[in-house]
Amino acid sequence: MGELLDGIRLYGRLVAARVRAQLQYRTSFALDLAGNFFISFLDFAAILVIFSNVPQLGGWSVAEVALLYGMSNLAFALTDFAVGELDQFPQQIRDGTFDQVLIRPRGTLFQVVTGNFQLRRLGKALQALLILGYALTALPIEWTVDRLLVFALAVPAGTVIFCSVWVVAICIVFWAVDGREAANAFTYGGQFFTQFPINIYDRWLRRFLAYAVPLAFVAYFPALYVLHKSDPLGLPAWLGLLSPLVALAAAVAAGAVWGGAVRHYRSAGG
Amino acid sequence: MTVAVPIIEFEDVHKDFVVHRKAGRLRRERTVVRAVDGLSFAVERGAIVGYIGPNGAGKSTTVKLLTGILVPSAGRVSVAGLIPAKQRITLARRIGAMFGQRVQLWWDLPLIDSFDLLRHIYRIPEERYRQNLTEFRELLELDPFLRTPVRQLSLGQRIRGEVVAAMLHDPEVVFLDEPTIGLDVVAKQRVREFLTAANRERGVTVMLTTHDLADIERLCSRILILDRGRLVYDGGLEALKARYGGERTLVVDLEESGPALRVTDARVTRVDGPRQWIAFDRERTNAARLAAEVASQAALRDLTVEEPDIEDVVRRIYAERQVGRT
Repeated sequence: MGELLDGIRLYGRLVAARVRAQLQYRTSFALDLAGNFFISFLDFAAILVIFSNVPQLGGWSVAEVALLYGMSNLAFALTDFAVGELDQFPQQIRDGTFDQVLIRPRGTLFQVVTGNFQLRRLGKALQALLILGYALTALPIEWTVDRLLVFALAVPAGTVIFCSVWVVAICIVFWAVDGREAANAFTYGGQFFTQFPINIYDRWLRRFLAYAVPLAFVAYFPALYVLHKSDPLGLPAWLGLLSPLVALAAAVAAGAVWGGAVRHYRSAGG
Repeated sequence: MTVAVPIIEFEDVHKDFVVHRKAGRLRRERTVVRAVDGLSFAVERGAIVGYIGPNGAGKSTTVKLLTGILVPSAGRVSVAGLIPAKQRITLARRIGAMFGQRVQLWWDLPLIDSFDLLRHIYRIPEERYRQNLTEFRELLELDPFLRTPVRQLSLGQRIRGEVVAAMLHDPEVVFLDEPTIGLDVVAKQRVREFLTAANRERGVTVMLTTHDLADIERLCSRILILDRGRLVYDGGLEALKARYGGERTLVVDLEESGPALRVTDARVTRVDGPRQWIAFDRERTNAARLAAEVASQAALRDLTVEEPDIEDVVRRIYAERQVGRT
């Protein structure tokens, strides 16, 4: 327990140091943040274009898709903030910086993800919050305790699931340093997947990304539950309650894969 | 070499790497590269050991085995009584390392912030941290740039910061990979003085790899020379010179230019006007006898004796081994 608290305190210190460094350049920081914020709006505009042609998408209205989109994007923005540094990980393996990580008395994954924090990545979270706000005002949701709970836990659980996918995907570079493109298919590709109702996808893609990679638990099942909407695919509503458990399982699995990959790296040799 | 209290022990250590090479369109060829090949040595507590060898000799692999970054393929490694590969994190608190020009400081944070973060990463007790920092600041004159972001530091300033970063947590052993590379003479000297002081006053064991042989001459009480994953020399600097660099050079300045002198048990290696270089083996003759012989042939104005320099010595070791191989 003391270990954990100490880790959390250190995490706070690392974030704080990073914030101080980035706030030294206020103008450039503000521009970065604004840039991220507006670019992510263009992204949502693409969805509006679709809805200007069809009233519904796989049985989902524009406000309902906005709910999915908002939940998925908020989780993704937090993921990008927390573990976005994994994007630089292939470089760390290539130039040997990862060796430095191995000779410090802290967890390797902890050190890698805390290597840098880009606050501007939070610009995307701002956009997701606004869209979520629109969805919640536009939709006639009857709030009950269980729906509130599912909704409140969906974003943290979704963040943990995304983080786990990122960690597992990037492990490929322990075997193939150039494997980053393949990893991106799961990280950025996976996020794109969760923005839309999964019933619009091809069956095999859906089975793989939604259940094997558990991305359907990021936004789709919780959204169905909150909207009290029956699944077009006929799956039971209580799946929406499982997101936190799925997140926990994903985190444990990701930890194990990372640990195994580091062991491989150390015996096969950098 | 007999070692009183070994802090580093290598016992018949091997490390193989499997390298895949493209052979044809899809086929990959698998070759095993032996980076460390049956290496055994021990280092006593408080020593400063120079670890030298050409690129690819296995130096950095050895350091990675010592720090627990890599797991040996066979053999036993022990550092400060721990097994690095198994007790990597426990060991991490007791060792320090600096890998050449790689940055361990936070690039866009002021130097002092990096030190403070390291204090928390290593859980250095407040009191100890203050004492160490005060001492190091003075020794390495860090004060003028302590609040400057690392990316704005000159190389020399940054390396001084890196050395401090490796020593803040009172390590028992530090591994330094090319600590002085690219530094100007003054900065080199400062880093060397710092290491000497840390070794003398704190008893830190230092192991350093370097291409800078002046580092070795100024710092190291013992040298390990590595070639192709094997130890080819282990001993002191003087003994090394005596064994491989037995040839000293007598430089004589004559009153007038002339042909190469004739000397017994020695040979003239170079003639430049009135100055001549005479190489001799100290087992076979000595400078006094040679000087007398020269004086009997020509008018002698001045003379100096040059010790073999370590660079030559090392070059000779490799050349000898190269010949032995073919």
